[in-house]
Amino acid sequence: MFDISMQALAAQLLVGLINGCFYAVLSMGLAIIFGLLNIINFAHGAQFMVAAFLAWIGFAQLPLLLGPEFRINFWVALVLAPVIVGGLGILLEKTLLKRLYHLDHLYGLLLTFGVALVLEGAFRHFYGISGASYDPPALLQGGVDLGFMYMPVYRGFVVVASLSICVVTWYLFEKTRLGALLRAGTENPKLLQAFGVNIPLMITLTYGFGVALAGVAGVLAAPIMQINPLMGANLLNIVFAVVVIGGLGSIMGAILTGLSLGLLEGLTKVFYPEASTVVVFVIMAVVLIARPAGMFGKEH
Amino acid sequence: MQFKKLSVCLAACAALAAHAQVSDDVVKIGVLNDLSGIYSDLAGQGSVTAARMAIEEMGGKVLGKPVELVFADHQNKPDVAANLARGWFDQGKVDMVTDFPTASTALAVMEIAKQKNRIVMPSAGLATAIIGEKCTPLTAQWTTNTYALAAGTARALVKEGKKKWYFITADYTFGHSLEKDASEVIKADGGTVLGSSRHPFPGGDFSSFLLKAQSSGADVIALANAGNDTVNAIKQANEYGITRKQVVAPLLMYISDVHSIGLEKAQGMYLSEAFYWDFDERSRAWSRKFFEKQKRMPTAAQAGVYSATLNYLKAIQAAGTDEAKAVMTQLRKMDIDDAVIRHGKLREDGALVHDMLLLQVKSPAESKAPWDYYKVKTVLKGADVYPPINPACQLAAK
Repeated sequence: MFDISMQALAAQLLVGLINGCFYAVLSMGLAIIFGLLNIINFAHGAQFMVAAFLAWIGFAQLPLLLGPEFRINFWVALVLAPVIVGGLGILLEKTLLKRLYHLDHLYGLLLTFGVALVLEGAFRHFYGISGASYDPPALLQGGVDLGFMYMPVYRGFVVVASLSICVVTWYLFEKTRLGALLRAGTENPKLLQAFGVNIPLMITLTYGFGVALAGVAGVLAAPIMQINPLMGANLLNIVFAVVVIGGLGSIMGAILTGLSLGLLEGLTKVFYPEASTVVVFVIMAVVLIARPAGMFGKEH
Repeated sequence: MQFKKLSVCLAACAALAAHAQVSDDVVKIGVLNDLSGIYSDLAGQGSVTAARMAIEEMGGKVLGKPVELVFADHQNKPDVAANLARGWFDQGKVDMVTDFPTASTALAVMEIAKQKNRIVMPSAGLATAIIGEKCTPLTAQWTTNTYALAAGTARALVKEGKKKWYFITADYTFGHSLEKDASEVIKADGGTVLGSSRHPFPGGDFSSFLLKAQSSGADVIALANAGNDTVNAIKQANEYGITRKQVVAPLLMYISDVHSIGLEKAQGMYLSEAFYWDFDERSRAWSRKFFEKQKRMPTAAQAGVYSATLNYLKAIQAAGTDEAKAVMTQLRKMDIDDAVIRHGKLREDGALVHDMLLLQVKSPAESKAPWDYYKVKTVLKGADVYPPINPACQLAAK
């Protein structure tokens, strides 16, 4: 069982890190939304999926409908798809979610879960369950031989891109005036509103931003995973565990937990692959017993 | 000549006499499959269309009684399938149920059908348990099974000198069964199995398993999984440059999977199938009719539902009754040969032994039209790829 070489171990850790990046970006979005809206956004996986589909539709379907000059390449999709998905998120917040803030968490959870089912069902109806394939952009195709493994360039790009997104978001929330307002809004929205801050607008935009993060992750995932209606649902369970372990509402917590659980999962796949889906939940259980608010969360 | 006339007359008289022999004055066929989940592309609504085509081909009637079709979503859950089937048998007047993209659902319904004296004809249900330890006298596993699929692909590759194998296996019954069946064939033909990785179902990211398989030094990385797991594994094997040095062999892949991966990534792979639409004039003619209705070419599972329904109805016609045991006896007597199944003979254990196809995925340049995906390498004789009768099947013992 332990007869594994250092080279193989390094390769597996790198793979774990790549998965960890997805967990980090997704769980960060969830943490931001929960922090300000107190909504457990179960539609996150579906929104991730919609963005991946949008990237594919722009690349493969639009040229067929409108002509080849309308082909949307990966780089444009990386900006456009999150903006569209974020916009749809804003619409959802404005029309439905905002009616639930005075109720228990459970109602928001049920609503977003319902939205996720509707989105998945709609995409399954139109595109089937096997989904579609999307290639990385020409610039990022191929790979480099690292000595211990053949590293696809695109996977390297995913690591760099997601870590940058994490750092920028963290900076925005922790080190800027806007971030200070957002954090104040999390602590005491009524008081902040008394100071003349437009809290409803802030909430709407925060939800849009959180959803857009799911969108970015979706476009980044499109060339790696098969794009299908359930791609987000499969990932979401783990991402929720990450958020719970990191502490609901903590951005740094979400980033660090996402990355370290990715690594841990990678290690488990080396030594005992059968446990790789369980290990995250075992840790979640342990953390919940020892520190109910999560590793980085604050007790209320 | 005289004799022939006599026998035709006899058959016709028998058919006339048997008019009263159709229970409830209707022959009802149920398609039970996944209409909304992960297997809805390979079976789903397409199987319903295929069954309807078979009924239309028989003129919507058998022995002068109408043939009706019902269908439902078993959600890949054995308990749901069992409840639906029980309702169909008890109140719905259903005589035969087909499809079952998850073998566990077929096994659940087979047990009930045996008690109620109804027929089960799995098309997408592929586990060898259906014709092994769980076999029943009223089951016909129509399209194929995991052994026949694995045997075709494994044998061809070992013969090419690809002797060292590594498995990436979905960690549930179906995956285990596929790995076991393929390993048997590989070892029997002089190959070796270096190891296997069991991945959770559904898998998502296969990087770790692929890297392990890559460093194992195997000639062939066999994928003992299905649907989106197979698709993702192939996609990621391309990404890690594995396909350049090692052969990736999916042990079960439907044309719907190839359609969604794209030829660029799937090209060159070997696979076995019970049916390919572009095999010959008969298969093409039928598939084009299917395409008109469904806007996709049929998968082997869907084509199998057509063949199962058609032959079931023909057997009723010939037997002069829809009584389950008599129909099964008739099916065993018949030579099965239609647009889908060639040189088929239904065995005592419920396996329909028939020709299988060894296919290779075309390159984008070789593909001349939409859905033109495979080169037919060999037609494999049923006797060469189907497993011998499993002694665990009590039917065969007597």
